[in-house]
Amino acid sequence: MELHQLTIHELHALLVKREVTSREVTEALYRRIREVEEKIGAYLMLTEEKAFEQAGQVDRKIARGERIGDLAGVPLGIKDILCTKGIRTTCGSRILENYVPFYDGTVVRRLRQEDAVMLGKLNMDEFAMGSSTENSGFQITRNPWDLSRIPGGSSGGSAAAVAADECIAALGTDTGGSIRQPAACCGVVGMKPTYGRVSRYGLVAFASSLDQIGPITKDVEDCAILMNAISGYDPYDSTSVNMDVPNYKESLINDVKGIRIGIPDEYFIEGMDADVERAVKEAIGLFERWGAKIKRISLPHTPYAVATYYIICTAEASSNLARYDGVKYGLRSKGFRDLMEMYTQTREKGFGKEVKRRIILGTYVLSAGYYEAYYRKASQVRTLMRSDFEEAFGQVDVILVPTAPTPAFRIGEKVEDPLQMYLSDIHTIPVNLTGIPAISIPCGFSRENLPIGLQIMGRHFDEGMLLRVAYTFEQNTDFHLKKPPIA
Amino acid sequence: MKMDIEKVARLARIELSEEEKVTLGNQLEQILTYVEQLNQLDTTGVEPTSHAVPIYNAFREDETRPSFPREEVLSISPDQEDGYFKVPRIIE
Repeated sequence: MELHQLTIHELHALLVKREVTSREVTEALYRRIREVEEKIGAYLMLTEEKAFEQAGQVDRKIARGERIGDLAGVPLGIKDILCTKGIRTTCGSRILENYVPFYDGTVVRRLRQEDAVMLGKLNMDEFAMGSSTENSGFQITRNPWDLSRIPGGSSGGSAAAVAADECIAALGTDTGGSIRQPAACCGVVGMKPTYGRVSRYGLVAFASSLDQIGPITKDVEDCAILMNAISGYDPYDSTSVNMDVPNYKESLINDVKGIRIGIPDEYFIEGMDADVERAVKEAIGLFERWGAKIKRISLPHTPYAVATYYIICTAEASSNLARYDGVKYGLRSKGFRDLMEMYTQTREKGFGKEVKRRIILGTYVLSAGYYEAYYRKASQVRTLMRSDFEEAFGQVDVILVPTAPTPAFRIGEKVEDPLQMYLSDIHTIPVNLTGIPAISIPCGFSRENLPIGLQIMGRHFDEGMLLRVAYTFEQNTDFHLKKPPIA
Repeated sequence: MKMDIEKVARLARIELSEEEKVTLGNQLEQILTYVEQLNQLDTTGVEPTSHAVPIYNAFREDETRPSFPREEVLSISPDQEDGYFKVPRIIE
């Protein structure tokens, strides 16, 4: 096995035994990046100098015989939506092309405190709006399994980099599926934690009641390790929840006997890819064989999720993105005659098509006379969806569904049809609307050798149960060990 | 429902080209038609959810604490003068 192919826990073991240095691993990763990045396009920026500084610090600690944490010396990639002090943070947008934050987001600070090595900033759909990473203001990212296909989005750079071994693991963010859907498309593990589990301070806001940061990793154990590092209350984010964080490594239990698994009819719908259906049904069969109790359930309001989501997320986005006005930071257009033109031209130049589309839709649904019909209505439907899940979780411990209705689609396939693009998030959106956690793990391959993701949803703050179920699946299958042809 | 795209774009402070007004207008019409399916649901008496996890008020002690240094904040602004953000004249 090559160094760049290691997982966090494998690398940690080698570092502790002094069989390898962080510097060597960091060098191996940058070598790998130079080798494949031209084909993949996962990174918006590399931070080599700082990375080697961090690696050197860890190597000196190890040499002095100091104890090191699970992430110390481990090279990670960070989605470019997370503020990094002194390092450009573009959020995939031209409007933030030259934005250099003077502070670290809380999760970034936590990773630094853990002595993780940051390799660079990863590509994404502009302001995390998209399901294919084609909406990046800078470049597209290709799927390592098939370069003619999208890596998913919006954390497409993160998922592609992990799948192509261009980093050991990465952070992404998930507003409507932006961690899980790319993880599924690229054959890696991605978790959206419970809303409030992870601080959003220093995360560039898209839809504040839905956004959440989470790990994208090569296996479930690494997911637990990153969750340990990033979870917990933060006084700088008043929506982060002040409750104890368990040690998620203790949830890595290879046993699902007696666990009740719900299968909602509404997720096995017409238009679903046959290979996806087969892979997910086979996974369900395996869980049954391992002693889990499978139960058919119903989440009746599922068909309304996409409509609800596109009212709520655009409304929140139109408000959040009002801050890009050319005054305090970011782009300011030139050649305006007055203040109004400064605003309108800056935003015209700085925002891409999808962002404009969502801001305008959000402005409309919040505008006088329409608020009741759209935003209030959607917020009410959100309550109905919450009740669906509350009822379901009274009967079962987790819910199993496909992460996405199809494997990765082709680059360009849905660019001109926003509604079709939105519908690719149909299975992930309900999780954000209701705030519950969910994980996507690899569960098979299509006939075209594209990865398929299995999504496991759980109760609020029950990430431990998700990790246990996911870990059991992983320990007894080998889908997660397959490498894309680019490797 | 017909959206007055020029008016909404003005409210959103976004300039649109004539071509964008047409394509964006059509796409938004399509999306709005799609979201109208929510009207099939009777939501009479249903409380709206604005926050998925039940936190109601997040209080903190009313204590002052240092904010970011002014020079740092201004250092990344498009235009500044005498310790302030500088914008075009707004009062004639």
